[in-house]
Amino acid sequence: MQFDAHIPAGPLTDKWDLHRFELKLVSPANKRKFEIIVVGTGLAGASASASLAELGYYVKTFCIQDSPRRAHSIAAQGGINAAKNYTNEGDSIWRLFYDTIKGGDYRSREANVYRLAQLSNNIIDQCVAQGVPFARDYGGLLANRSFGGSQVSRTFYARGQTGQQLLLGAYSALMRQVGAGMVTLMPRREMMDLVLINGQARGIVTRNLINGELESHAADAVVLCTGGYGNVYYLSTNAESSNVGAGFRAYRQGAMFANPCFTQIHPTCIPHTGDHQSKLTLMSESLRNDGRVWVPHNSGDIRDPQDIPEEDRDYYLEQKYPSFGNLVPRDVASRAAKAQCDSGKGVGLTRCAVYLDFADAIRRDGRETIAKKYGNLFDMYELISDDSPYEKPMMIYPASHYTMGGLWVDYNLMSTIPGLFVLGEANFSDHGANRLGASALMQGLADGYFIVPYTIGGYFAGTTLSPASSDHAAFKDSTLAARERINRLKSINGKRTVDNFARELGRVMWDYCGMSRDEQGLARALTLIQELRAEFWENVLVPGLDKDYNKSLEKAGRLADSLDFAEIMIYDALNRSESCGGHFRQESQTEEGEAKRDDENFSHVSIWEFTGSDQEPKMHKEPLEFENVELSQRSYK
Amino acid sequence: MKKLPKTINLTLKVWRQQQSEKKGHFENIATQNIAVHMSFIEMLDSVNEQLTLEGKDPIAFDNDCREGICGTCGAVVDGRAHGPQKATTLCQLHMRQFSDGDTIVVEPFRARAFKVVKDLVVDRSSLDKIMAAGGYISANTGGAPDGNAIPIAQEIAEKAMDAAACIGCGACVAACPSASAMLFVSGKVSQLALLPQGRPEAARRALNMVKTMDTCGFGNCSNHRECENACPKELSIINIARLNREYLKASFFSDAT
Ligand SMILES: Cc1cc2nc3c(=O)[nH]c(=O)nc-3n(C[C@H](O)[C@H](O)[C@H](O)COP(=O)(O)OP(=O)(O)OC[C@H]3O[C@@H](n4cnc5c(N)ncnc54)[C@H](O)[C@@H]3O)c2cc1C
Ligand code: FES
Repeated sequence: MQFDAHIPAGPLTDKWDLHRFELKLVSPANKRKFEIIVVGTGLAGASASASLAELGYYVKTFCIQDSPRRAHSIAAQGGINAAKNYTNEGDSIWRLFYDTIKGGDYRSREANVYRLAQLSNNIIDQCVAQGVPFARDYGGLLANRSFGGSQVSRTFYARGQTGQQLLLGAYSALMRQVGAGMVTLMPRREMMDLVLINGQARGIVTRNLINGELESHAADAVVLCTGGYGNVYYLSTNAESSNVGAGFRAYRQGAMFANPCFTQIHPTCIPHTGDHQSKLTLMSESLRNDGRVWVPHNSGDIRDPQDIPEEDRDYYLEQKYPSFGNLVPRDVASRAAKAQCDSGKGVGLTRCAVYLDFADAIRRDGRETIAKKYGNLFDMYELISDDSPYEKPMMIYPASHYTMGGLWVDYNLMSTIPGLFVLGEANFSDHGANRLGASALMQGLADGYFIVPYTIGGYFAGTTLSPASSDHAAFKDSTLAARERINRLKSINGKRTVDNFARELGRVMWDYCGMSRDEQGLARALTLIQELRAEFWENVLVPGLDKDYNKSLEKAGRLADSLDFAEIMIYDALNRSESCGGHFRQESQTEEGEAKRDDENFSHVSIWEFTGSDQEPKMHKEPLEFENVELSQRSYK
Repeated sequence: MKKLPKTINLTLKVWRQQQSEKKGHFENIATQNIAVHMSFIEMLDSVNEQLTLEGKDPIAFDNDCREGICGTCGAVVDGRAHGPQKATTLCQLHMRQFSDGDTIVVEPFRARAFKVVKDLVVDRSSLDKIMAAGGYISANTGGAPDGNAIPIAQEIAEKAMDAAACIGCGACVAACPSASAMLFVSGKVSQLALLPQGRPEAARRALNMVKTMDTCGFGNCSNHRECENACPKELSIINIARLNREYLKASFFSDAT
């Protein structure tokens, strides 16, 4: 199988411009003849739906939530990057490109990342025009902050609610098109399958989450914007409905999955307190700008943090990484916290936490200044943990947060299935093995506002589409298969609840395919997953009716997909015996215990092909070539 | 030393309504060993696990982010939208707010414009309809000027952000004696009217959003201020005053329809 990423020729800085010129256009009058399905209404889906409709395409937009405004993007806190260089610190498109490639540990495509950096500036302009209330300086100009260890201040933000405000901006653009009759909104729908006709993506089958009906929707192209799969770990910062299902269904239809083992574990989340827990709440990374991370020097020191004197505290990040200190990248910070807890120095109820202490910052800047910066985060922390970070250090621990892996796409964001485009967190394209803070929002909006509107036109103009309606036999087959699957889940009538299984899968993935991985553990995980899957299909208990609002049934279907998908993650993690970014293989570390890449053997995208149920997937490679940056070992000392 | 989290026993008096039923009823469910660290939603999860294992239909309720930002969750708890704690969504309400032996009454958000779907789940799509009628700035993708082309005074930007904090949960509607959506509408109208980018369409926006609010079956603002009290994001009724100003200005002085 050939993996042509269709990267345009020419110098890196001109590729996107040249490509846009070369892409064939669809005339305004002809755009009306095309109908596009967009699945998902997060930043990627909402921005794509709005922009495509503005161009004159008819769009049908789907989401699981009762309103498109509630997609998971709403929860992003920290901010969005752009290379505006408003702060005059020497930022540039090139620097943002370089930082993103390096931050991803050289496992992403130069051309994609460069384009992302270029478009970052347009995004900010677009959002301001939509009325996104970004933070501003006294002079009325846009404010910036430094985020996630970046050495320039290039992050734009709207208090601690940047994702919310960006999404509401995209949602309002979407609703404008709904009002104009160009977008038909389909909330409370779950995509159950992708439908192919003549090898092209031509529609989807959905389940109406209110009445359980299966519905067929035909179109000329399908755009998946269905988010990440961090919930494979059960406990994560993702929303309840975030799931891999749509991507996994497309994978089963022939779309290939890239780098599934590249997941991001975020270092600053509120630690878990017990088995009842359903999610882990993120505390924005911006807190590390002022907070100091520490654990007691001696394991078993259970004194209250205030009673532990300076000399008995280990500020391990500052010690180990004098130049970056508390601001080392996410993967490094997460692994360091795990190492402390593994060595018995963890704090809190479960001993699985480290302190993030603001006492020095409050002494230095005053409580008011700190409250202005982090007040809403401190309040949220107190609401959840019943402790005030003004008085007592926060407790934090890493949690599953983001997934860099996703469906493979070419430079046009098209998957290996013609007519199936994949945007946002659901694709694999820009973040390599580790995503930098404030760059997911940027990517989702770049994909939706500024890339797919052009590239989908190029696809339509260069392809022949036979007429296809939802009466086509392919829709009937997919509907039948979806119905059978639902019936099967309902008929098992076993003894274990869906959540109970989901929790166990999460534990296996966290223990063996989480912050650190090794061959033996991964092999064990494979067996455990297979056993759990077998038990699931014999012993799951799904209450309620099929033709009804039924959350248990929804979750059961998603978990069934996760149980299959988890296995592909393991295969990928096993196969990639190097460490890179968030993928840390015990076997591949430097003398100091840092991730050690193996560029000779692993400078490629690993791409997985579905070969049949219960069959081992087949791996392909897309080699990564670096012409503009020099590969170096990341060092944050 | 490991301290075990405290647990409490509760009785839930919870609204049950099948989709086929016009009217529902309260059901009492006794539940034990609820850890006080749980959120209200996690408590409902654990009750649902119990119901499932007993072969009963779990309580239907909406939720998603579980961190107070998506606006999906919501129920009236002991007579108050999102429960007793101020500025807190149901998913962020923790069980330490309750005491051992409490009976907690849980009902859906009720309003003429919010039909009950099932148990605690209601249909809030009318809020989307109001947004489609004008809750936007008509700025097509592409032609935007540089983000810093128009400076906006910091206090104005802050006020716009205050108004934009609405999560669209509908608690204001549920709390209002006339089931009005004025706080919801006023948040968006204020945000966009405060910003220079939003001025060109300000009149049309105010008129059309209010008109759609009326046709969706929401009531009129009766100045009870219950909305402000119930709002998990503490949106101020100053926004309603601003909306009224925008609306009057638009009705009298503009050609917009
Ligand atoms: C707590 C948190 C904080 C974050 N903070 C930041 C930050 O500060 N900066 C940053 O850059 N990034 C941040 N991120 C990451 C970023 O928010 C996400 O990567 C990004 O928003 C994903 O957007 P998306 O449009 O790809 O998908 P999502 O927003 O996840 O949307 C997915 C959509 O797909 C729909 N969907 C899924 N499956 C189906 C199906 N089967 N059928 C129908 N519809 C379906 C859902 O309903 C939803 O509408 C954060 C993430 C989290 C969890
Ligand atoms: S579930 Fe998102 S606000 Fe409560």
